Amino acid sequence: MIATATKTGKVTGIIANLVTIASQDPVAQNEICYIHVGEERLLGEVIKIVHHDIFVQCFESTRGMKVGNMVEFTGEMLEITLGPGMLSKIYDGLQSDLKKFDSLFIERGQHSAALDAESLWHFKPLAKKGDIVQASDWLGEVLENAVKHRILVPFKVSGKFIIESIVEEGEYRIDDVIAVLVNSDSHKLEINMVQKWPIKRPIKFYSEKMRPFAMLETGVRVIDTLIPLAEGGTGFIPGPFGTGKTVLQHAIAKQATADVIIYAACGERANEIVDVFTEFPELYDPHTGRKLMERTIIIANTSNMPVAAREASVYTAMTIAEYYRSMGLKVLILADSTSRWAQALREMSNRLEELPGPDAFPMDLTAVIANFYARAGYVTLHNGESGSITFLGTVSPSGGNLKEPVTEATKKAARCFYALSQRRADQKRYPAVDPTESYSKYLEYPEMQSYLHEHISTRWIQQVTKARDLLIRGREFRDQINILGDDGVPLDYHVQFWKAEVIDFIILQQDAFDAVDAMTPIERQRYMLELVLQISNMDFKFGSFEEVSGYFKRIINVLKQLNYTEFKSDEFESKNKELKKIINEKRIS
Amino acid sequence: MEYKAFQKIFYKVNRINKATCVLQSHMASYDEMAVVHGRLAQVVKIIGNNVTLQVFSGTDGIPTNAEVMFTGNPPLLKVSTELAGRFFNAYGKPIDGGPEVEGENRPLGGPTVNPTQRKRPSELIPTGIAGIDLNNTIVTGQKIPFFADPEQPYNQVMADVALRAKADRIILGGIGLTHDDYLFYKNVFENAGALDRIVSFINTTEDPSIERLLIPDMALTAAEYFAIDRNEKVLVLLTDVALYCDALSIVSNNMDQISSKDNMPASLYSDLARLYEKAVQFPQGGSITIIAVTTLSGGDITHAIPDNTGYITEGQLFLRRDSEIGKTIVDPFRSLSRLKQLVIGKKTREDHPQVMNAAVRLYSDAANARTKQENGFDLSDYDKRCLRYAKEYSEKLLAIDVNIDIDKMLDTSWELFGRYFKKEEVSIKEELMNKYWNDKS
Ligand SMILES: Nc1ncnc2c1ncn2[C@@H]1O[C@H](COP(=O)(O)OP(=O)(O)O)[C@@H](O)[C@H]1O
Ligand SMILES: [Mg+2]
Repeated sequence: MIATATKTGKVTGIIANLVTIASQDPVAQNEICYIHVGEERLLGEVIKIVHHDIFVQCFESTRGMKVGNMVEFTGEMLEITLGPGMLSKIYDGLQSDLKKFDSLFIERGQHSAALDAESLWHFKPLAKKGDIVQASDWLGEVLENAVKHRILVPFKVSGKFIIESIVEEGEYRIDDVIAVLVNSDSHKLEINMVQKWPIKRPIKFYSEKMRPFAMLETGVRVIDTLIPLAEGGTGFIPGPFGTGKTVLQHAIAKQATADVIIYAACGERANEIVDVFTEFPELYDPHTGRKLMERTIIIANTSNMPVAAREASVYTAMTIAEYYRSMGLKVLILADSTSRWAQALREMSNRLEELPGPDAFPMDLTAVIANFYARAGYVTLHNGESGSITFLGTVSPSGGNLKEPVTEATKKAARCFYALSQRRADQKRYPAVDPTESYSKYLEYPEMQSYLHEHISTRWIQQVTKARDLLIRGREFRDQINILGDDGVPLDYHVQFWKAEVIDFIILQQDAFDAVDAMTPIERQRYMLELVLQISNMDFKFGSFEEVSGYFKRIINVLKQLNYTEFKSDEFESKNKELKKIINEKRIS
Repeated sequence: MEYKAFQKIFYKVNRINKATCVLQSHMASYDEMAVVHGRLAQVVKIIGNNVTLQVFSGTDGIPTNAEVMFTGNPPLLKVSTELAGRFFNAYGKPIDGGPEVEGENRPLGGPTVNPTQRKRPSELIPTGIAGIDLNNTIVTGQKIPFFADPEQPYNQVMADVALRAKADRIILGGIGLTHDDYLFYKNVFENAGALDRIVSFINTTEDPSIERLLIPDMALTAAEYFAIDRNEKVLVLLTDVALYCDALSIVSNNMDQISSKDNMPASLYSDLARLYEKAVQFPQGGSITIIAVTTLSGGDITHAIPDNTGYITEGQLFLRRDSEIGKTIVDPFRSLSRLKQLVIGKKTREDHPQVMNAAVRLYSDAANARTKQENGFDLSDYDKRCLRYAKEYSEKLLAIDVNIDIDKMLDTSWELFGRYFKKEEVSIKEELMNKYWNDKS
């Protein structure tokens, strides 16, 4: 940082983490400042300015702060550090590396470097002397775990530059100069492997943002089969507490086909982070065979960490994702829960005594959420390569009411909607995704449809639609049976209801804690959907409704055993034979 | 809490509310304790020279020329092994007639444990209650509340759990406890010969309600001392957290904050998370487990208090009266222990997860059958078997007076499966079926 005359101010008021400051110096919105409390310097962000009154949200506890405490403004916005070495890290919302703190508690004013200054990286140049480059162009690459981490021309570089020199392949530290750039004004830049970027500003150095067209495989049947997520797409999972939002996100974090997974724990339980960093180093990425932790970055702002950093944490996650996308990688962000971020905005807006919108949330909530989701997407880079950010957030609607502001605002921004139902969770029908309320807009995209045709089967969409219809009709038959009684409806109602139950039990329900059932590759999903649809196409002969339920329970039972068995193993085939036998008992052909 | 007044004394109190007063000073620091007219208070807002103090015992009788002293310290608790076996009020003053505790001063509401310094909880806490151990197994380092209507015997259940939990230390935070319940806890602990393992911070209904705000922090500060400094397995009991929330809402309304749902402060989630997240398992062996009570109004769990709680805690235990067997049961539908999967089938018998799920699923079929019956429809043979099963399941396993070990709970479940159902109706992994299916009963 260039030493300029420091800009200062003095504390004039404190309400929880809102600090008012008087300053005669020029101060910018979203500028970062340090508030001096005794020996400690507490980080804050300017969120409102009225003449000389500066309103600052403090990212740390304000205990002991006094009127008159000195404040130092930095002239910079809230920035994070980007470079090799972020994978496998556990950061707080402001990108401190939590493992670098040696004390049991996170002491106030404590920060740590996001990257490891001493690590050596094997750098391979991708550009050569004389090349003309601009922001975000690839100068070279290092191997970060299994990921080709491209070293980019820093995003803050403006205009075109010529590479005056670039180092040879070899081992370098992040701070070593790897290239010197010069522009037509003879302005020289020394480039190393680290750069900084303000988290609230989208990184847009690509040539085109495209409509998502490819499915992002998650191994979760109800998602991949019925409500697919697209690579570069957006989705959200609202649900009352205990309906399975976090378990579903963890499953996706383990199984999804992505190069980089960013797991942003935003105002949720610390033990859920512990789950991730305990399990992921032991588990393998089903697609690459590498340890899961190698492709994962955790951003942990748990519910007992400072509220203001909660908002920052999701932006930190997004900025890191944009950085990796610029390398032509496939990034997936899982944010749990975006409601906590909205609540953090609400707490602050209330302290600022702003005019409240619905449920006391800030008036611009919808716009804030929409702008954030818009940062995801599938892009083509300047060099023709492509990269993507898929964003999947959870929403925790208060009182389980899906009409509340955060759910409604998110529904406008996200293209996939995975509604978790309390009723299904109560019945332990996990994952409790409601198959009739939920939707994926991507299924309507012609480019997605042709992708599914090509990659799964030409009949896939037709089959998926069929399964959905059967589920909806099954629900109607169930209602009829409940209203009119078992005896009061034709036998066929029972048969239709149970055929829907087969789909429910075998396709929708999935045991996230069973080693085999937890993850279903798409090939196996194709097989299973085909199988259950065959059954629902069959005609059976029954004498009574009791016989119907008894019979289908046997079918469901065997199919469930199939789900628990290694695909196409001997055991799988023998269960399959058993199924055929049961089917033939009552089938009329 | 003992404070030496070392700062200037102020007299002019400008504004007095039910729970707060505002005075002029340029010396106050945020969160520090003060003494107003002889009463303890805390700085909750500073705007220029106007300092808002939250007066814990209420503001009645405070004159505009009250004597005010700032202590320069946040709320403190003296910690040492001398805390053991003692009863204190919300300020940490003995209420059992014993001497003051000597020890190190610790600030209340201290910093957050670095998540990377936590260990994943994995030690089961057996309670003997099948509604908990079988269906909603709890582990050390967990935080879980009972959701109960006020007439449910939640204090008895909590006391049972506490005594059976084999904790090194039990810390009771009584938040607006009735005097009778306070004596109940005292007697139960005394009779069990457990008094020396127990530390209690008690605010009864006879005490000022704002004082309650200090109880959870007192209890958790003591808990951190025992879990960290002494490496103990600590169990914290908080009852009733709904009354803590009510006190929060009184203060925030007094400070003219815009309240959100159900008149609760917009920060309720953060306020509660700050407490519950103190639950932790340390790699060194020490742990803090929090079992709380949140009473419901009219059974409404969508109310902001239980709703925010449920989003924070690692599950919840619902107490409900089963009129058919005339007993209180742990409701298997809405109850949940989110940490159970860390131990069931691993620390307990392999069939535990599947048996638990099957038993609850069949119980839910019984609930459907009951609806059918109430709507006047004929019941099928399966329905009838479900109903008979449900009654016995409720009596032998869900009722809170059950006290058996987990293997016995599993055996009982298999016994009921065999008695009322066919194999495919139970639908459990075949290998387990082959091993445990029991149709002799
Ligand atoms: N797919 C699943 N398979 C088995 N159990 C599940 C599944 N999803 C959720 N559960 C159960 O529900 C509990 C709550 O899930 P969680 O994801 O933590 O809920 P939420 O995040 O919505 O509050 C889990 O602890 C687990 O017991
Ligand atoms: Mg969750």
